[in-house]
Amino acid sequence: MLSIEDLQVEIAGKVILQHIDLEIQPGETHILFGPNGSGKTSLLMTIMGYPQYKVVAGKMRFKGQDITHMPINERAELGIGMSYQRPPTINGLKTRQMVKLCAKQEVDEHELARRVNFETFLDRDVNAGFSGGEIKRSELLQLMAQNPDLMLFDEPESGVDLENIALVGHTIAELLQKDGMPTESKSRMKIKLERTKMGLIITHTGYILDYVSADKGQVLYDGMLSCVSNPGEILKCVGESGYEECVRCITGMS
Amino acid sequence: MYNRDELRERAILVKDKKAAIGPDINLEEFDAASVSHPYLADEDMCQLPEQEQQRLIMAGLDVTQKDRGGTYFQKDTSVIHCHSQQEGIEVIPIQKALEAYDWIGDYYWKLVAVDADKYTSAAELGLHDGYVIRALPGSKSIYPIQACLYLDKDGLQQNVHNIIIAEENSELHIITGCSTSSHMKKGVHVGISEFFVKKNAKLTFTMIHNWAEEMLVRPRSVARVEEGGLFLNNYICMKPVRSLQMYPTTHLVGKDAVARFYSIIVGSPGSEFDLGGRIYLKEKGNRAEIIARTISNGGNIIARGHLIGEVPEIKAHLECRGLLLNGGMIHAIPELEGRVDGVEMSHEAAVGKIAQEEIAYLMSRGLSEDEATATIVRGFLSVDIPGLPAPLKAEIDRAIEESDKDVM
Repeated sequence: MLSIEDLQVEIAGKVILQHIDLEIQPGETHILFGPNGSGKTSLLMTIMGYPQYKVVAGKMRFKGQDITHMPINERAELGIGMSYQRPPTINGLKTRQMVKLCAKQEVDEHELARRVNFETFLDRDVNAGFSGGEIKRSELLQLMAQNPDLMLFDEPESGVDLENIALVGHTIAELLQKDGMPTESKSRMKIKLERTKMGLIITHTGYILDYVSADKGQVLYDGMLSCVSNPGEILKCVGESGYEECVRCITGMS
Repeated sequence: MYNRDELRERAILVKDKKAAIGPDINLEEFDAASVSHPYLADEDMCQLPEQEQQRLIMAGLDVTQKDRGGTYFQKDTSVIHCHSQQEGIEVIPIQKALEAYDWIGDYYWKLVAVDADKYTSAAELGLHDGYVIRALPGSKSIYPIQACLYLDKDGLQQNVHNIIIAEENSELHIITGCSTSSHMKKGVHVGISEFFVKKNAKLTFTMIHNWAEEMLVRPRSVARVEEGGLFLNNYICMKPVRSLQMYPTTHLVGKDAVARFYSIIVGSPGSEFDLGGRIYLKEKGNRAEIIARTISNGGNIIARGHLIGEVPEIKAHLECRGLLLNGGMIHAIPELEGRVDGVEMSHEAAVGKIAQEEIAYLMSRGLSEDEATATIVRGFLSVDIPGLPAPLKAEIDRAIEESDKDVM
């Protein structure tokens, strides 16, 4: 479980997140909505542990451990992973090597790559000259190898063409154990109960919801989590009346 | 033909002339007297002490000679092994070539000026030996030829002169290393190299330096590439050296001739490097590329590059990237000189530290900060070198892997 309690975060002395309370139970996937600049990526980076996002108040716990000031790699080892929107290029490091590094054990990188239609990129430097959609598939490939328990997705569908959007959607569903089909011995409910993977997904368009069922939706507005609701409902509200209205109507602000 | 007396006269005139760039060396502090070592048969090579074999391997010399087309091995001033096992490829000590073959006169001091500075002068007046490697017309070297210049005697000044000839339509691959014995502290290496790449020939020359901390090194190299020829020159030095200064020059004198220089340098504390490459593009269709990757973890590195386009329809690119890991200095000096309209020349140079963002990215995949840094450094140093045969690529990869211990 991830639990965040009254978190306040600053970057270069400026408050960017405040009074954040969030709880993701094992098996749950949450969707994070919010206008540009509202602090969504900052929240993900803070959970991942980027030191420039300075936690000045509050606490974060994951799997019972206080991770508030834990280094990035220790959080990764504990089971937190992230799919970035704009990851840096690592010159001279082949995607193939990167996948091996993520896996930390024997891995059939070719088979993993095949699943995200990425085999031809294995011998290219990580993120070097990748298009928006290619970056997304590269990030998913790395997460597949890393197999974390809590996955943070920063706009996984942005820049992905129509042909690949289903691929990306299905892959995320698979990573989050949302893809199991009921069998004679296992009911849909049982599959759901056995699910352990946690997800926090930033989306603007909501396309991802066509492939990944989410338990809760949250709106981050001006550095504050303003509402918790059904993700479909939030999306509908934002689509019709914009974020300001959405925040007002759901929180009862006048 | 050549006149040895005339060469000597010219050399004497400049015996105290300082080099145009780089710190001056007082050669009088070193001993250039001959040191003789017994010649080693193939089987004797494998009997060398394990430690020595390891040092040789690091400089690219494999004593088993497996996957090598021939070997030249010089210890101090003596040739201790020299033979070719490939038809069409000759490996000859230069002293022997100067005595026995008239044709050597067409090459000896024909590209490097004997009166350039005190080091060229010393190489003529006090020549110990060196190698002549020649690929006969149309011959192709399947395995690379290995050459090693090894210093064992402390305080020695080693003067060598090498001539490499790739005749028309031939293909020649050479891996050459310089190394010192583990007890050797101080010495000077003066090395003259003249490269002749004839019509449609291909020469790859990969040099790995593995010096001692107090070594002073002054190579002087010039290459000449004829029509359709390719000269690929790789230089790797990741071990400490007191001072190394070289500025090899290549002349592309035939249509469509190509030269590519790649260098990978790690400058440790106390090391001083002044190196680069200069390529003249003199005929249509010439291509040149100079790519340098330098890392300083406390040493001083001056990375030069100079491309001169003399005719239209040439293309040249210079890339110099430096990484400062732990103090030290990297000074990139890229120069482009277009002398006519219609040249296409570019350069990019960057000196900086490892981006924190890259370290954090790798850490979020579970690597520790040190592992992330090492991974980025290894990536930085691994340059794709097109046209390099697999065994040579493997040698470079090995040197990079090995460097991890020293860089961090």
